[in-house]
Amino acid sequence: MSAISREDVAHLAQLAHIEMSDAELEKMTGELGVIVESIASVSEAASADVPATSHPIALTNVFREDVVGTTLTAEEALMNAPDSVDTRFRVPAILDGE
Amino acid sequence: MNQIIQLSATELAAKLRAGEITSVEAVQAHLDRIAEIDGGERGVHAFLHVNTDEALAVAAEVDAIRAAGGAEAEALHPLAGVPIAIKDLIVTKGQPTTAASKMLEGWMSPYDATVISKIRAAKLPMLGKTNLDEFAMGSSTEHSAYGPTRNPWDLDRIPGGSGGGSAAAVASFEAPLALGTDTGGSIRQPGAVTGTVGVKPTYGGVSRYGAIAMASSLDQIGPVARTVLDSAYLHELIGGHDPADSTSLNEQVPALIAAAEQGATGDMTGVRVGVIKELQGEGYEAGVQARFDESLEALRAAGAEIVEVSCPNFKYALAAYYLIMPSEVSSNLAKFDGVRFGTRVLPEEGPLTIERVMGATRAAGFGEEVKRRIILGTYALSAGYYDAYYGSAQKVRTLIQRDFDAAFALADVLISPTSPNVAFELGSKIDDPLSMYLNDVATIPANMAGIPGITVPGGLSEGLPVGIQFLAPAREDARLYRVGAALEKLLEDSWGGRLLDQAPELSATTTGGVA
Repeated sequence: MSAISREDVAHLAQLAHIEMSDAELEKMTGELGVIVESIASVSEAASADVPATSHPIALTNVFREDVVGTTLTAEEALMNAPDSVDTRFRVPAILDGE
Repeated sequence: MNQIIQLSATELAAKLRAGEITSVEAVQAHLDRIAEIDGGERGVHAFLHVNTDEALAVAAEVDAIRAAGGAEAEALHPLAGVPIAIKDLIVTKGQPTTAASKMLEGWMSPYDATVISKIRAAKLPMLGKTNLDEFAMGSSTEHSAYGPTRNPWDLDRIPGGSGGGSAAAVASFEAPLALGTDTGGSIRQPGAVTGTVGVKPTYGGVSRYGAIAMASSLDQIGPVARTVLDSAYLHELIGGHDPADSTSLNEQVPALIAAAEQGATGDMTGVRVGVIKELQGEGYEAGVQARFDESLEALRAAGAEIVEVSCPNFKYALAAYYLIMPSEVSSNLAKFDGVRFGTRVLPEEGPLTIERVMGATRAAGFGEEVKRRIILGTYALSAGYYDAYYGSAQKVRTLIQRDFDAAFALADVLISPTSPNVAFELGSKIDDPLSMYLNDVATIPANMAGIPGITVPGGLSEGLPVGIQFLAPAREDARLYRVGAALEKLLEDSWGGRLLDQAPELSATTTGGVA
């Protein structure tokens, strides 16, 4: 496995929508490097013929009856919103300066 | 100490039924205890929110029903009127839910978790919400954005995590019962280091609806208590199928109370107990190993057949867990973006776009450990690494399940120390994430395989509690209650009382609180 660079961490932070200062990037790069090194052993544990398990107790086709259930009212859904208008969430510009 | 708070939940329930104590008296005694030892400078700090008015109102309602008698009184749940504390990862109407994060400061859930609906229906007064590592990420409760919880056995030490608040509340007699959640050991490891009982049920055995998701394929809600029998009562109450959780098992809750009662005879004749070779020895403190060996001897003397089992792939469990869990974390926590709920922080300068608001919100709202896991998960899931990391970790999960299958062919239950060490000092591992992660080495395999686990007090090492863990096959939670209650009985006979009787006396003086 390749080591994690500071640029990698900056890119990951951007993907994860977490703004990071230079000092934070520096610290996170070091810590992630140690962690990733210690978990890299998983790739040698399992051979190609071992199936993957995504769910510990597999259930299939879990459906509910196709009837109207209980849902939050618009008022309940909006009661914790940082900003709302009428019956909608309000957010800043979605497109960057255009 | 007030005698009421020393009672176990089932003892208290019996006195409530007999009319010897009222529920209002019981709730008030616990609120007084919280006021005395929780808030001081060196207070236990198990609670993030105390739900005084509602708890007393529910207690008064139960008392009125009992006083009136008749069918309604007869129909009360056995635990009606017995107070309970709720881990602040589980959403509650009418009380704040923070997940111990700044991200959810002031957030009020518009709905109740299914386990909360069940607790309301059974009329257990809720004392409040307990502290945890932020979004349940940690093994010490030091990652709470609202300050750490202290271990009642030594106020300079950690109470375990993530559910340190629930475990400490129960251990310090602030509550007889609590709810926890266990993703990699967050019920069992705090139980171990505080000398209490905690159970991670079979995955799907208890609804997760309304537990703020950390890693959905691993998370499980479970009981926190001082005795195995109390856990069984709470587990039967919160368990069962829930259509609102698509991973919930559509099956009957096993007869856990009956199993605990059977175990309490102390007879282990015919029970095969498998000692997991890989979960002892190197890396486990000498005092932990000694208490573990004594527990094995006690079980053997009570008629158990002790066999050794090997789970060779457990050596990869921690690594696989630290790929699967952060991957799911990075996805589950994407919803905290300052749009629909929670904190919104605006960038200090530059254009005001939603992208930049999200970046600033998540930078300010999440603590270090949460950020570390989100970034690690984002890395594990990113193009080029997915197969090597996440894909391999999912295969390790299969290998761990196979190890368990082979072990359970030889034994009815498996046994190990719950945690490799006793409670460590506050601050001693906070800057070393890897060393912190090692606390969960013995508890993680159960989550990876979806099987149930229990921790029961195993004695003391240099004055600090050691936990003994039993594991059972999926859906066989009853076995844990049988053997857990048996070991509890055998060890309490040898100590001449409960382990918690040996805990230091806490008061307003020792915690710097208000008398």
